[in-house]
Amino acid sequence: MASIIDIAGLTKRYASGFEALKGVDLSIEEGEIFALLGPNGAGKTTMISIVCGIARPTSGTVRVAGHDILRDYRGARSAIGLVPQELSTDQFERVIDTVTFSRGLFGKPRNDAYVEKILRDLSLWDKRHNKILELSGGMKRRVMIAKALSHEPRVLFLDEPTAGVDVELRRDMWKLIGELRQTGVTIILTTHYIEEAEEMADRVGVITRGELLLVEQKTALMKKLGKKTLTIVLADAIAALPPELSEWDVSLHAQGHEIEYVFDAQAERTGVSSLLRRLADLGIGYKDLNTRQSSLEDIFVSLVHQEKAA
Amino acid sequence: MSLQNLRAIAAIYKFELHRFRRTWLTGLLVPVITTSLYFVVFGGAIGSRMTEVDGIPYAAFIVPGLIMMSMFTESIFNASFGIYMPKFTGTIYELLSAPVSAAETVIAYVGAAATKSLIVGTIIFVTAHLFVDIEVAHPIAMAGFMVLIAVSFCLFGFILGIWAQSFEQLQVIPLLLIMPMTFLGGAFYSVHMLAEPWRTITLFNPIVYLISGFRWTFFGKGDVGIEFSLAFVAGMLAVCIAIIGWIFRTGYRLKK
Ligand SMILES: Nc1ncnc2c1ncn2[C@@H]1O[C@H](COP(=O)(O)OP(=O)(O)OP(=O)(O)O)[C@@H](O)[C@H]1O
Ligand SMILES: [Mg+2]
Repeated sequence: MASIIDIAGLTKRYASGFEALKGVDLSIEEGEIFALLGPNGAGKTTMISIVCGIARPTSGTVRVAGHDILRDYRGARSAIGLVPQELSTDQFERVIDTVTFSRGLFGKPRNDAYVEKILRDLSLWDKRHNKILELSGGMKRRVMIAKALSHEPRVLFLDEPTAGVDVELRRDMWKLIGELRQTGVTIILTTHYIEEAEEMADRVGVITRGELLLVEQKTALMKKLGKKTLTIVLADAIAALPPELSEWDVSLHAQGHEIEYVFDAQAERTGVSSLLRRLADLGIGYKDLNTRQSSLEDIFVSLVHQEKAA
Repeated sequence: MSLQNLRAIAAIYKFELHRFRRTWLTGLLVPVITTSLYFVVFGGAIGSRMTEVDGIPYAAFIVPGLIMMSMFTESIFNASFGIYMPKFTGTIYELLSAPVSAAETVIAYVGAAATKSLIVGTIIFVTAHLFVDIEVAHPIAMAGFMVLIAVSFCLFGFILGIWAQSFEQLQVIPLLLIMPMTFLGGAFYSVHMLAEPWRTITLFNPIVYLISGFRWTFFGKGDVGIEFSLAFVAGMLAVCIAIIGWIFRTGYRLKK
């Protein structure tokens, strides 16, 4: 697949002197869903703001759909829809007017049918004549999404799309993003909810303190860095872990009915078979075993910790 | 300019006029009422004692000054609010991320604000007709002058709106600088009526040249020659355009 966004050597130093981006290189492929993960202040919004023309790069280059964001800003920006992190809307405007305005602002001819489709897809059609100040927070966020989609962008930036959105609406949002991908739109989202990246993204980039630590296929990332947890369901509950098990990273759960063992799935010796042998030697019987992959959240936390330790 | 650019300009222009329409009643009533009040107070009370200035009936004499005064404040307030509000609410993100050039942005915002202040200027002119008979000596020049004034003060207001970081800063220039300068700039009297050294000092007030020029289009004479007035408007336009060019080149108070 061809890349639709190319970021090379991007740095950003704010007027305060703070270095928010320290040389970011990243390519986004057309049609993929890319999740940018990072703690507060990592530089996610800064990066998006530069690509979209809201902040100026200090050095480095960014190309969007082949257009340099500075020299050919019209070409670059025409391809982008942006839903910023902060909820900012024209409170006194009606929903339909503000969406129509966005389409015009991006130079697209009026298309009422298309605007209607977007509003219907976002369940805003019934509210189209309401002033924005009459909407709930989640609806306002959807209005911002509608504005971003109104000019048929090829790339959609969603800066924490589900912040402050309830669980049900979050599911709807995921569904919507999935549907958008079906239409060929490239989606870049930032999030603090790891489950969100896990649920939707094709690739994940982890950023902290202005540096992109890694970019991986989500599945590869989880395989590469994933720890696994083995749950051993015991035949009979035990009161405490016998000291003979201390050489494994085990813990007791479910009122003594389960032993959990966390191990590195990539290691030469996982320690699983020796643990099971030891249990047999100790006369501890079990009736079930299962393993589960660590979530991105676990991976993320351990990555950030590694980075801090380094 | 391509069709795409025109659409963007039209979108902003319509959005801004729509904003004005939300308050059209006060927006239009205020100039009518203030103009009437000025006529009652200045035209009636003072005009009965001071019948003529430079051979012009006093009530007619103050009409150009009244129109200019309202247009100055309208232009500055409308244009500065138009760009300050998106900065304040955060909706400026959309403008900054849109494929719109600096020139298009300015044409749209300043065009909309200038439209409103031209409407207000016209309303005052019409209201004034209810109180006095005025014959305009150079009607085309008058209309042209109004457009020039509206555009230059809207450009000035646009700069102010970008510079301002609080509502107080937004108001301080029009209230503390432009208003007094207008009052002292010969809106209600002729500079010739002042004694020295005030007459010479007054000539350092740029507003004098603007009001004088506009008065010239009405009566064929002003405090200073029309060429000085035109030079002043041209200078103001040039300075404002240069500053706006710099603002967009550097992203001053617009881009992080
Ligand atoms: N206008 C600014 N001036 C100076 N520093 C800034 C400015 N905007 C952001 N920063 C700093 O840059 C760093 C990155 O901020 P950014 O908003 O990009 O983080 P983020 O990854 O989006 O965080 P969050 O997850 O909280 O949204 C932060 O340390 C922030 O304080
Ligand atoms: Mg952010």
